[in-house]
Amino acid sequence: MENNNKEYENIKGWGVDADPENEPTYPMKKYTGDDHQRSNWERPDLQIQTVEILHSNERPGLTAVFGSSTPPSGLSGSIRRYAFKYSESSYGHWLPLVLADRINVIEGIVDDLKRGYVPNIFAERGWKAELKYNKEGLAKKVFVGLLVTTVVVTLLSKRLKDWYRI
Amino acid sequence: MLAMNYRGPFRVRIDQKPYPQLLHPEDAIVRVTRSCICGSDLHLYHGLVPDTRVGMTFGHEFIGVVEEIGPSVTKLKVGDHVMVPFNISCGKCAFCKQELYGNCHESNPQATAVGGIFGYSHTAGGYDGGQAEYVRVPYANVGPTVIPSDLDPDDAVLLTDVVPTGYQAAEMAGIKKGDTVVVFGAGPIGIMAAKCSWLFGAARVIVIDHLEYRLEFVKRYANCEAYNFRSLEDPVLFIKKTTDWFGADVCIDAVGTEAAGNTMQTITGRKMLLQAGSATALHWAINSVKKGGIVSIVGVYGPTDNLVPIGNVVNKGLTIRANQTSVKRLLPRLIEHVRAGHLNPKGIITHRVPLEETAEAYHIFSAKLDNCIKTVLIPPSARN
Repeated sequence: MENNNKEYENIKGWGVDADPENEPTYPMKKYTGDDHQRSNWERPDLQIQTVEILHSNERPGLTAVFGSSTPPSGLSGSIRRYAFKYSESSYGHWLPLVLADRINVIEGIVDDLKRGYVPNIFAERGWKAELKYNKEGLAKKVFVGLLVTTVVVTLLSKRLKDWYRI
Repeated sequence: MLAMNYRGPFRVRIDQKPYPQLLHPEDAIVRVTRSCICGSDLHLYHGLVPDTRVGMTFGHEFIGVVEEIGPSVTKLKVGDHVMVPFNISCGKCAFCKQELYGNCHESNPQATAVGGIFGYSHTAGGYDGGQAEYVRVPYANVGPTVIPSDLDPDDAVLLTDVVPTGYQAAEMAGIKKGDTVVVFGAGPIGIMAAKCSWLFGAARVIVIDHLEYRLEFVKRYANCEAYNFRSLEDPVLFIKKTTDWFGADVCIDAVGTEAAGNTMQTITGRKMLLQAGSATALHWAINSVKKGGIVSIVGVYGPTDNLVPIGNVVNKGLTIRANQTSVKRLLPRLIEHVRAGHLNPKGIITHRVPLEETAEAYHIFSAKLDNCIKTVLIPPSARN
């Protein structure tokens, strides 16, 4: 449907960046020919490695700089090391990383407890905001939670009673 | 120093962490004055990005004051107030030389497909991000840009990702004067993509989402049409009908991995992780655009596979254009747009939250509470 009234032309800045030359190779790339030099550019200084850094097997080594946050450790770290044996094109790379992330969550709780810190899951989930902005939703969640817990506890206790009778 | 600390899906807290160190001659340490929570941070927060490690600090949209510089930093000095693009770019590799600063090959050892990004998992380089009091900024000669004295810090922080990404979405879409543009997603990026589409000469801009408050917002902020796909029987059919059964000239996917609207995509992509997120918006974009049209993708997807109608891409002769935003390339032009009043970035900020309340801020944004569009975190030193 053509917009005949052309009111849009009154929008501040309308059309100031219209560029008839904008076609699919631009602005994606201002080609310089450097691609044909492959990876032989003059590299920046190399960051000194002080912690374990895993690197994609699709490259020969580390990049000139890298993040050194949270190096791999524990069981999740072992799984991550395994994952990096596979290329970015492989499920063997990504699925173990997802598994490692989930295990890492448990490791995080254990680490907290070892340090004598009991994580406040409600605070970490930002439920104070839920209380402030979504009281009704929170009440529903609590009600459903309690209902499910009651049903599960009732079923389990019934089973336990039956089991003891046997 | 105080820093956000990821503890697992839907769990973050603020902890004391060590002050960052200069680890490379081109590093700078920046004292953060503003940082944002990005829609793509929610993908991390929801546990959807592989290799997101417990203990990491997120945050790739931030500005701050340079506190320390390495011996090779020549373009910044201590005390400069800088905006830091979310991409970490060396400026020397073949990609940076071609202004593809989002594709730097010297900033992310963990993956070759994506360059380094602040606070965005080890899949994007394992850097701690800016949702903290201080942050290490590598390649300080390349990315960080001194904030002009006439630029509001609230505008500046949105120039580190949201505005350039929305602008590049419109730019990649190859919009010609008179085009009809459909933007899927009325989050901050979709809002900005809709706004920027006018700069390229669009005659009609349509935004599709399912959150009423965001649709109302984008209608006002970006002077566009906005429709709730929940009230449309079929958004693709709607777009065909409203374009004289032709299709939109260009479609922009500003949603990415957490799209709602298709049960099968939601279950396989978001619940079971059998694909790299839900590709509903991309699916609609491909099917809504005209034959020979352009689909521009800035929504974030995971690294494995997605279910998309690739046969229709072939049959319709579509051009798909996508990339991480080259923030550094776009900054000079975007600063001009802000100065000229064409763009009003800070107009999308709905929440200003102390850094100490990051957990609540994430929950508000994630659960779409209190009509949240964009949240800015402010560390204690920037509040005094």
